[in-house]
Amino acid sequence: MSRIEIDGITKSFGRRPVLKGIDLAIAQGEFMALVGPSGCGKSTLLRIIAGLEREEAGSILLAGKAVDHLPARDRDLAMVFQSYALYPHLTVAENIAVPLTMRRLTTAERLPVFGRLSSRSRAVRREIDVEVAQACAMLGIGDLVDRKPGQLSGGQRQRVALGRAMVRAPKAFLMDEPLSNLDAKLRVEMRSEIARLHRRLETTFVYVTHDQAEAMTMADRIAVMMDGQLIQVGSPEEIYADPSDLRVAEFIGSPKINVAGADAARALAARLDDPAMALVPGLRLAFRAEAATLVDPSEGGLVGVVVHLENLGADLHVHLAIEGQAEPIIVRRDPHAPRLRLDERCGIVVPPERLLAFDGAGSRLRAAQIRRAA
Amino acid sequence: MTARHSKRRRSVLGPVLRHATLLVLAALTLLPFLWMVSTSLKGPDEILVADIHWWPRNFSAAENYGAAFRMAPLGRYLLNGALVTATILVLQLVVALPAAFALAKSEFRGRKALFAIVLFGLLVPYHVIAVPLFVSLHAVGLLDTYAALVTPFSISVFGIFLMRQFFLSVPSDLVDAARMDGMSEFAIVWRVMAPAALPAISSFAVFSVVAHWNDYFWPLIAVSSDALFTPPLGVVAFRNDDAGTHYGPLMAAATIIVLPLVAAFLLAQRRFIEGIAFTGIK
Repeated sequence: MSRIEIDGITKSFGRRPVLKGIDLAIAQGEFMALVGPSGCGKSTLLRIIAGLEREEAGSILLAGKAVDHLPARDRDLAMVFQSYALYPHLTVAENIAVPLTMRRLTTAERLPVFGRLSSRSRAVRREIDVEVAQACAMLGIGDLVDRKPGQLSGGQRQRVALGRAMVRAPKAFLMDEPLSNLDAKLRVEMRSEIARLHRRLETTFVYVTHDQAEAMTMADRIAVMMDGQLIQVGSPEEIYADPSDLRVAEFIGSPKINVAGADAARALAARLDDPAMALVPGLRLAFRAEAATLVDPSEGGLVGVVVHLENLGADLHVHLAIEGQAEPIIVRRDPHAPRLRLDERCGIVVPPERLLAFDGAGSRLRAAQIRRAA
Repeated sequence: MTARHSKRRRSVLGPVLRHATLLVLAALTLLPFLWMVSTSLKGPDEILVADIHWWPRNFSAAENYGAAFRMAPLGRYLLNGALVTATILVLQLVVALPAAFALAKSEFRGRKALFAIVLFGLLVPYHVIAVPLFVSLHAVGLLDTYAALVTPFSISVFGIFLMRQFFLSVPSDLVDAARMDGMSEFAIVWRVMAPAALPAISSFAVFSVVAHWNDYFWPLIAVSSDALFTPPLGVVAFRNDDAGTHYGPLMAAATIIVLPLVAAFLLAQRRFIEGIAFTGIK
């Protein structure tokens, strides 16, 4: 258990910069999700924390101590890989025991037959067996201990990989897209299981994912990365409701946030209290699907035509085409509300406090800034 | 109707032709081998005769095989052969596995150049460097010892190449997981890569054992004491300039010498073919 401080980390592969100066402090016991589209550098950052990759500049501190000179095996961190990376020739129990045998037994004691001769080695091995059994019981894989990874399903392999990571109580867990190879249903199950595991172990978790839903559902805080930079760090609620950048707003949340281009923005902004807003050059206004309501076109607002209805059971997503805009606007609606027909014209109304304004470069504009700009 | 008929006939004809060709080639390959076994069973009066008969009229197997062991210390030669080939194989693996791991999975300056040198090494037949090897072994006083038979082959560029190709297919995540689990780079080689590479190791073992068990050229140069002879050198003991060559015992000795290899191949056949199919090397 310990704090992780990431201090001005830069890294490039060849001439291409992958990390452009990352600063991030992860508190002790915190579940931090690093999220971003593929190629944003999040996995590289995780590998640098792990010691599997060397940073070009900057420093990694574990519990206040710089560990930049330490190889991966001396950093006392555990990692779970997307491919699980289990040893194919060892059984489940042997796989989970590896981190313990490597640390507690000497080279001589690890030898196949001679290693079992000393009484100390036998005592340590008994201890390890007990701890492995505990880990297996905790993950519900107690009946699989004698199987080889090849005989396990994806979900079972994932549990074994988790067991191997947690068995030696490391300072922190690093997870690199651990659920990406599972099917959708299992992924949702494992999400809550990993979150439970985190609460139970009270250890620092750093969790890399490209799936914003995983980050939103599991993390205490989310760090959104784009193009080798940290764009925003905050709680899931903060990131969702108060994004500091249009790219963050677009990446987080499903369905994707609606972005109104110039003309549509003017139509929406006309209803805003702040008339100055309409004057900002390149202004874009974004709003969540659940923030908008559909009204009769005569009541004003933004007018769109229904092009697609997506019924998800609990929610109905209405896709509306807006003139002069390529992407449709998506509005969430109660499926029990009066039925809409395709090609029907609707007015879209968003309360001003739920409109998020961004300037031409995609930076968030808050009311005070807007007044200054105008 | 006729079209279907001819089509079916062609589909039968193809395999028949293929198998006939293969049978002829297999027979040609086996012929000298069978002749060797046949000769080893015949008496001296039946060997150098004008007519060809495969089955001996009078069995002289006991005499020939007895003579093979009496005329030369064949048991000693076989033991020498086993010792030399086993030591060579162990040393080759001890060198090739870590080297291949470094070439496949470690990042370091000059890795490409180093691998190019390994590839270049593959192009040089060892006969080319036999004389320099002989001279250097003479200089360190190791000629005519077991070391002279073993050391020149302790580094196998072919082994390094084969293992490197195999290690490339092992996912890097597995190596990283081992690093996180606290393994040193050498521990990764022996505890993770070697078990994963067993098919490749066993096919390399077959190549290596066959090559060095059958090697005649280097032992002929490197050793002169009878006590250090490997099996192929031992066979020559039956070529006697004074009394003429004893073909019966010679063929008996030759049969005994190839027998371990044939037995080993039959036992490891499945593994061997798997290994070759796996590494894509023919």
